[in-house]
Amino acid sequence: MTILIIYIAVFVAAFLIVRKGVNRAMARRDFTSLKTVTFGDESAVRPDRWASVISVVTIFLLWGAFTGSKWVPVHAPGPFVGDTEFTYTLEAPDGSRDDATVYARVFNVGEDAAEPEVDPGDGFAKNDAIKVGAWRSALLLMDKNDEVKREDGAKVVAIDGQPVAPGGSVSVANGTVAITSKGSLNFSPAKGMQMEPIWLPPPEAVVARVGEIASAGYQNFTLWEHLYWSLFRVIVGFFFGALVGIPLGYAMGLSDWFRGWFDPIVEFMRPVPPLALIPLVIIWAGIGESGKIILLFLAALWIMTISARAGVSGVAISKVHAAYSLGASKWQLMRYVIVPNSLPEIFTGARVAMGVCWGTVVAAELVAAEKGAGMMIMVASRFQNTDIVIMGIILIGIIGYGIDILMRKAETWLVPWKGRV
Amino acid sequence: MSTLSIENISMRFDLPNGSHVQALKDVTLELQTGELMSVLGPSGCGKTTLLNILAGFLAPTEGRIMLNDHQVTGPDAERGMVFQQGALFEWMSVRDNVSFGPRMKGQKKSVYMPTVDHLLEVVGLQDFKEKAVYELSGGMQQRVALARCLANDPDVILMDEPLGALDALTREKMQGLVLKLWKETGKTIILITHSVEEALLLGERLLVMAPRPGRIHKEYRLPFADDGVGKDLREVKKNPEFAEKREEILSMIWDMEEEIMGRAEESA
Repeated sequence: MTILIIYIAVFVAAFLIVRKGVNRAMARRDFTSLKTVTFGDESAVRPDRWASVISVVTIFLLWGAFTGSKWVPVHAPGPFVGDTEFTYTLEAPDGSRDDATVYARVFNVGEDAAEPEVDPGDGFAKNDAIKVGAWRSALLLMDKNDEVKREDGAKVVAIDGQPVAPGGSVSVANGTVAITSKGSLNFSPAKGMQMEPIWLPPPEAVVARVGEIASAGYQNFTLWEHLYWSLFRVIVGFFFGALVGIPLGYAMGLSDWFRGWFDPIVEFMRPVPPLALIPLVIIWAGIGESGKIILLFLAALWIMTISARAGVSGVAISKVHAAYSLGASKWQLMRYVIVPNSLPEIFTGARVAMGVCWGTVVAAELVAAEKGAGMMIMVASRFQNTDIVIMGIILIGIIGYGIDILMRKAETWLVPWKGRV
Repeated sequence: MSTLSIENISMRFDLPNGSHVQALKDVTLELQTGELMSVLGPSGCGKTTLLNILAGFLAPTEGRIMLNDHQVTGPDAERGMVFQQGALFEWMSVRDNVSFGPRMKGQKKSVYMPTVDHLLEVVGLQDFKEKAVYELSGGMQQRVALARCLANDPDVILMDEPLGALDALTREKMQGLVLKLWKETGKTIILITHSVEEALLLGERLLVMAPRPGRIHKEYRLPFADDGVGKDLREVKKNPEFAEKREEILSMIWDMEEEIMGRAEESA
């Protein structure tokens, strides 16, 4: 909740500062800047690059601030670490009361810490000592050393002077103390507002993991090998999918018989999510490379078939007629008219197919694999290595984005007439 | 001498709802080499169907087309087509579009290149040879289409509203170009148009077709095309005879349109 409010505040503040300050100083003077109607004119809406930069920086700053990152100067309040104390009041069955103090030492998990040494003190309630890890809590059987115990009928009636009953809790300095239903005390030191590394590690821990896994490896393979295998499967699966799918799509676009024969198959297989095929592929081909490649082949096949078919049906009939009237044979029509004319559709299909394949390979590796990006993050999550999980997700995202950019570049290079006809 | 003869062409096909369409009925025509005939008619009179049959894209249900003493059965390089628009190959440069026909025949570059370059010069595109066709304006694209058709050296050129998508000024310039190319090359040309003025200006012969069933309504022989070669076409239009013919044909087509409307209202 706090994070959401901070995020909205940054959004609004950045908007006001950039719009009133920076943009005015760097006003553009192109045609679009002269448009007065921009609300509703989609072509006049251009992404504000300042907003993009601030958006990304904000996410990293929030991440760092709420994980106690060393890279970020400002932090949300962290968990309490150090020594603290509170007192409890024990009431004996005869109604007499005595106070005792609990000395608590809160330490960072993973560091060595000893319980503070405590003088037992006077009275029938004796002072206690406990140690608690930050973000954790500790149960205190406070009557263990007391002269009157719970089984004798003694009970805690107040903490730091505030009356309390079993099931209730009381705020003390640097934490809260709850009384369990059986009457013992449970001390939880203040957690602050930062995320525990086991939920969300700071950015530097994730970056450090990249270096570590890139050189030392994880689960018998280095980071690059994991990513390489995922990419390799995608490329091989997509390649075979395109190799079969494009000619099949052409055949369906050019022949009644092929169209009739494969229409039911394609129309049935198209809406089946590739992920739904994972169990069957594992049964048939196991969890090795061939299973993965068969799955990705199937994921790419239908998309490429349909895009090639759409490419053929998208040929303007006047182009076909013109080519025949100029003396082209069927083969020449195919080579010089139908194939180039369907390239834009095929590229659109290829972009979609690569995206689907990348998503499918990660999912398939999550289910079962010996290596690969998905397998890496799945195993890491079982061992609570959240930093590896986050690193994996970021790298998977970057690679998916990179694939899409490469496909777009290839498209503008190979099909420059797309959208300009 | 190549003669194009259209012999008793009829075209009739069934519709999915069980009725049938008589698109053409008993169309008979003969064209001599080098004649330019424009075809006019209200929509639905079958002029595009007739052109598609001539090109060989459709088979007539009765009758036959004879060209150079053989029967037309399918598309062939002897009959070139110029379409309204969208028939150029965007993935080829202007020069590759124009040289498409010779390349499909397997001609050597040294054979067709001079012709292609010459034709590009004739249509005024010598500076745009290497451009992509989508970079050209609509008028320039139609000039590429004309040059592409001529580069293949067909006996007959079939034009399906080739200037229909152009603005009025460009259209006038292109009409002059069509006349010039016709005279220079001596090709037989059949040109379908919606514009009465264009039909009068370009047609040495003018065919008016009537709808339902598509048939020949009236044929004219006109002097304006010969008058107009190499001249300002606006001068031709000022000829009182031109205005008279235009009015005559316009009212003829208007009457047909009204008849169609009347029949549609009756059946409705």
